[in-house]
Amino acid sequence: MIFIHIKRIVLGSFVSFWRHGVVSFTTIMVMVLAIFMVGSLILFQVLLTSTLDQVEQKVDVIAYFKLDAPEDDILQIRELLLRTSEVNSVEYISRDRALEIFKDRNSDNALIASALDELGDNPLGASLRIQAHSPGDYQSVDRFLREGGFSSIDKVNYRDNELVYERLALVLSVARQTGLGIVVVLGVIAFLVVFNTIRLAIYTAKDEIGIMRLVGAANWYVRAPFLVEGAMHGVFASVFATLMFWPLTLWLGPKAKSFFGGPDLFIYYTQHFGSFFVTLLLVGVIIGVFSSFVATRKYLKV
Amino acid sequence: MIYFDNVSKVYSSDSVALDSVTFAVEPKEFLSLVGHSGAGKSTLIKLLLAEEKPSSGNIYFESIDVHELSRKEIPYVRRKIGTVFQDFKLLPHKTAYENVSFALEAAGRDDAEIAADVPHVLELVGLADRADHFPHELSGGQQQRVAIARAIVSKPDVIVADEPTGNLDPLNTWEIVRLLGKINELGTTVILATHDKEIIDTIGKRVITFKNGRVVSDDKKGKYRL
Repeated sequence: MIFIHIKRIVLGSFVSFWRHGVVSFTTIMVMVLAIFMVGSLILFQVLLTSTLDQVEQKVDVIAYFKLDAPEDDILQIRELLLRTSEVNSVEYISRDRALEIFKDRNSDNALIASALDELGDNPLGASLRIQAHSPGDYQSVDRFLREGGFSSIDKVNYRDNELVYERLALVLSVARQTGLGIVVVLGVIAFLVVFNTIRLAIYTAKDEIGIMRLVGAANWYVRAPFLVEGAMHGVFASVFATLMFWPLTLWLGPKAKSFFGGPDLFIYYTQHFGSFFVTLLLVGVIIGVFSSFVATRKYLKV
Repeated sequence: MIYFDNVSKVYSSDSVALDSVTFAVEPKEFLSLVGHSGAGKSTLIKLLLAEEKPSSGNIYFESIDVHELSRKEIPYVRRKIGTVFQDFKLLPHKTAYENVSFALEAAGRDDAEIAADVPHVLELVGLADRADHFPHELSGGQQQRVAIARAIVSKPDVIVADEPTGNLDPLNTWEIVRLLGKINELGTTVILATHDKEIIDTIGKRVITFKNGRVVSDDKKGKYRL
C-alpha cells in the first residue's frame, strides 16, 4: 500500500510540476537567483578567508640571538615555542643562513659586499622566525620569550611593531565578523525570497488543497506532492545555479586572484565542484521542502 | 443514518446561521433542503462534512459524532459522503478522469479497481468521451457531471449536493436532477440543498424547509412553500 501511495505521489508531483508550467518556471527562476546568491557567498567567504590568511602569514615575530648563542639552546627554545598553543610555526635561521640571505638580498650592492669581506667574520646572529595562529597571539609569544629567562636571546622585534600587530588583529577580526555578517544577512534574504515565492505559488493552489481535503484525502496525501514539487524546484534551481558559476568564475577567477591575491576561483570551483554542487543542492532542496511544508499547513485546516 | 441533534451555529450575535436544528435522515432517502440564500442550508452541509464546528449540538453520521473525530479521522467519514457543489470544485489541473480517480487514489484503492471503476462512472454520467479533457475545456453541465462522477465513484453511503444546479441552464439542471434521482434509485441516500421551486415540486419527495436558520417544515412528500 505504501509503495502505491509513493508511486502516485511522485508521479502526481511530476505531472503537476509540468502542468503548473508558469508557476514552476517562475519559482525555479527565483530560487536560481537565491541559490546563486548562496553560492556567491560561499566563494566570497573562500576569497575573504584566503586573503586574510595571507595577510596573517605575512606577519611574524623574530627572536634574534647573540652571536655566541649555542645552536642547542636555540633549538631547545624552538621546541618550547612549538609546544605553546599560540605558536603555529617556528623557522630556525642559522648564522650561516642569515649571512646567505643577507648577501642575496644585497647582491647588487658592492659597498656592502666589500664591507662584509673586510669584516672577515660573520657579523649576523641566528634567529627564530615565529608565526602565531593570529596577530593577537604575538603579545604572549613576546612575553614568553622575555620572561622565560633565555639569556642567549639578544632582541625580539615585537616591540618595534607592537602597534601594527594590535591594529592588524583588530582589522582582521572586524573583517571576518563583517564577512560573516554579510553572509548571514544575504543568506536570510535569499531564504525569505524563496520562502515567500513558494508560499505565493502554493497560495494559488489553496482551493485545490481544500477540494482534495473535501473529497477525503488525508493531510499527508495532499501535502506530500507539494513537498516533492518543492524538492524538484530546489534540484532544478541548484543545477542551474551551479552551472552559472562555470562561465562566471572562468571570467572572474584570474581577475580576483590578481586583485586579492587569493586562489583562482575557477580552479577552486572545478576542484570543489562536487561539494559545491551538493551544498547548493541541499540548500535548494531543504528550502524548497521546508517552505512547502509551512505554506501548505495553513490551507490543510479544511 | 444521519442525525442532527439540536444543532446551532452562531457566527456572531446578529448572525445566527442555524438555530436548534433537529432532524434525521434515513438510509436510501432523497431529502431536499429548501430555503432562501442565507437560510442555513450550506452551513448545515459544512457541519456534516466537518468543515466547520457547531456552536452547540451534535451531528451523527452512522452513530459517529463527526465533531468528536480527530483531524486524521475526518477523511474516513468524508470518503463515505460524496459531495457536489454549485461551483463544481474540480481540480483545475487534472483531467476529468484524474478528478474522478483522485477520490479513489486518496482512499488507497488499487490501480486495477481504479482502471475499472472510473471509465464506468464517467460513462454513467455521459462523459466517457470527455475523460481526457480538463475542467476549463468542459461546459458547466459537463463539469457538474464530472463532480457527480467523482462523488459516486467511491460508492458512498450518501451524496450531498449543495445547490448543484445553481450555475446551470435549464437543460443541464434537469440532467443533473435526473442523475441524482437515478443515484438514489440505485440505493444511495441523497441530500439536495436548493432554492429552485420547480425542482422541488417535480421531485415530490421529503422536503425540509429552512427560514432564518430554523426548520419551519418537514414534509414526507413536500412542495416548495417559501
